Amino acid sequence: MNVAPMTAAATARPIARRTVAPGKAWALARRALVYLLLSIAAFVSVFPFVWMMIGATNSSADIIKGKASIGTALITNATTFFTQIDAIRIFWNSAVIAGVATVLTLVVSSLAGYGFEMFRSRVRERIFALLLLMLSIPFAAMMVPLFVMFAQARLVNTFAAVILPTVASIFIIFYFRQATKAFPSELRDAAKIDGLKEWQIFFYVYMPVMRSTYAAATIIVFMTNWNNYLWPLIILQTAENKTITLIISALTSAYTPDYGMILFGTVLATLPTLIIFFLLQRRFVEGMLGAVK
Amino acid sequence: MAQARLARREHLTGWAFIAPALILLGLFMIYPIIWSLWMSFQVGKGMNFSFGGLANIERLTKDPVFLRALGNTFTFFIIQVPIMITLALLFAVALNDSTLRFRGLFRTAIFLPCVTSLIAYSTIFKSMFATDGVVNQALMAVHIIGSPIGWFTDPFWAKVVIIIAITWRWTGYNMIFYLAALQNIDRSIYEAARIDGVPAWARFRYLTIPMLKPVILFTTVISTIGTLQLFDEVYNFTAGNGGPSDSTLTLSLYIYNLTFKFMPSFGYSATVSWVIVVLVAILSFIQFLIARDRRTS
Repeated sequence: MNVAPMTAAATARPIARRTVAPGKAWALARRALVYLLLSIAAFVSVFPFVWMMIGATNSSADIIKGKASIGTALITNATTFFTQIDAIRIFWNSAVIAGVATVLTLVVSSLAGYGFEMFRSRVRERIFALLLLMLSIPFAAMMVPLFVMFAQARLVNTFAAVILPTVASIFIIFYFRQATKAFPSELRDAAKIDGLKEWQIFFYVYMPVMRSTYAAATIIVFMTNWNNYLWPLIILQTAENKTITLIISALTSAYTPDYGMILFGTVLATLPTLIIFFLLQRRFVEGMLGAVK
Repeated sequence: MAQARLARREHLTGWAFIAPALILLGLFMIYPIIWSLWMSFQVGKGMNFSFGGLANIERLTKDPVFLRALGNTFTFFIIQVPIMITLALLFAVALNDSTLRFRGLFRTAIFLPCVTSLIAYSTIFKSMFATDGVVNQALMAVHIIGSPIGWFTDPFWAKVVIIIAITWRWTGYNMIFYLAALQNIDRSIYEAARIDGVPAWARFRYLTIPMLKPVILFTTVISTIGTLQLFDEVYNFTAGNGGPSDSTLTLSLYIYNLTFKFMPSFGYSATVSWVIVVLVAILSFIQFLIARDRRTS
């Protein structure tokens, strides 16, 4: 790894000699260009959110016309939303599914990531390689057998059926294994000398030390489960068990969708992921950093 | 003797840590995969099927809807992945400059789309790209177009909207991987190159790209998998039909239709899903080859 930058710098040098040192005006122009590019990107990224929030205050007719200012229909939209769907129940469904799935996924997948990295054996390395290969198998390939399995177990239309297939996530196992490479082994040795058992080391030393990694994983896993669409669409069949994602999706495919009410719903549906992101975001980048090291 | 016992205990502890994940993966992933592989050789409707050998593969080659879906999926992949990876890399490099102001703000803004719920963003995009929606109005106001574009009624523009939407959503996600990797690069290398007068683009080409290669490969493979499995966006943007006239029908949507919408043909839909597996395997292999070639040259 250390050799690559050296050779790269060596190949770059002859080019440098031929280039005239850039002038100050050019540097300034380039800086302006960078700011312009980033500002456009930031605008494009944020605009739909602003649009969504403004839309929640406008009537459907105004939204379709492209009205981009705050309107007066917020209360009407909220009332329609809460009378048309059993919002508390639906949000509760989403929260239980995403919450339970996130906790289970973090525990099961971080245990596995730690296990693969800390206790190496030839067999386990082979299994790990096999898992990475399986990462490329699309969910579509498992969908039908999974559905038939849950149907035979009489678990169709239950939360367990939504959660169980997501808990052991190969991607998160891989992520934790990468992050564990940065976990100082002296800590584990010291804990062992202090007489801690392996599971105690994991829960009392590893977990607190790796909290940035857990924060980043929480964002990713919660987001994935909250937004999970295809599998819940198949397995949840009665309206009172559906998640907010499914319910709003159904509203938008109505013959004449009431966009004001729908955008009000989407604001509510986006809030949990946004809140989790902003609470954990400082740790998030740190956590990703740890995994790529 | 004591050493052997210790090694043995270490060995068992290793299995204990990975056991819960392995049991779950075995039940909910490996078993269904093997089942679906077996299914792909069965023919018949509903739960009545019989062994059909390669009949399903033969059916694939004669199925115009499948070929359409394959073409669409491939179009999405070929156009969308390179655009997104390039943009993500550019933003990451720009944001890695410690003298840049408002870095945190830019980073959060660009990352924001991937935190949003699928449903929020498909709803927003649907209303923004409506025929008299805000996008058409803005484009007409600056005279780029004379008459409104039928984003969801024209086969070409429908594909464009899907590509814009997934790029919007996932660029920030990929950017974070690059940003994290960039922060691991020793700054003194850049300093040295700068003092030697290496211009910015050359630093990017000969320092940044080679050092980010493992991460670029990783994100490219992940994005390839994601794009080849594209379902959520298409299903939501087109009310589940992959329209107009199958122009946005993807392989995953076709599998869904074969299984849950039409008279279920489990064997054939399993075969179509294995087409995705084979495609991902081939494309990932090619990407690994390209990454390795560059290293030796």
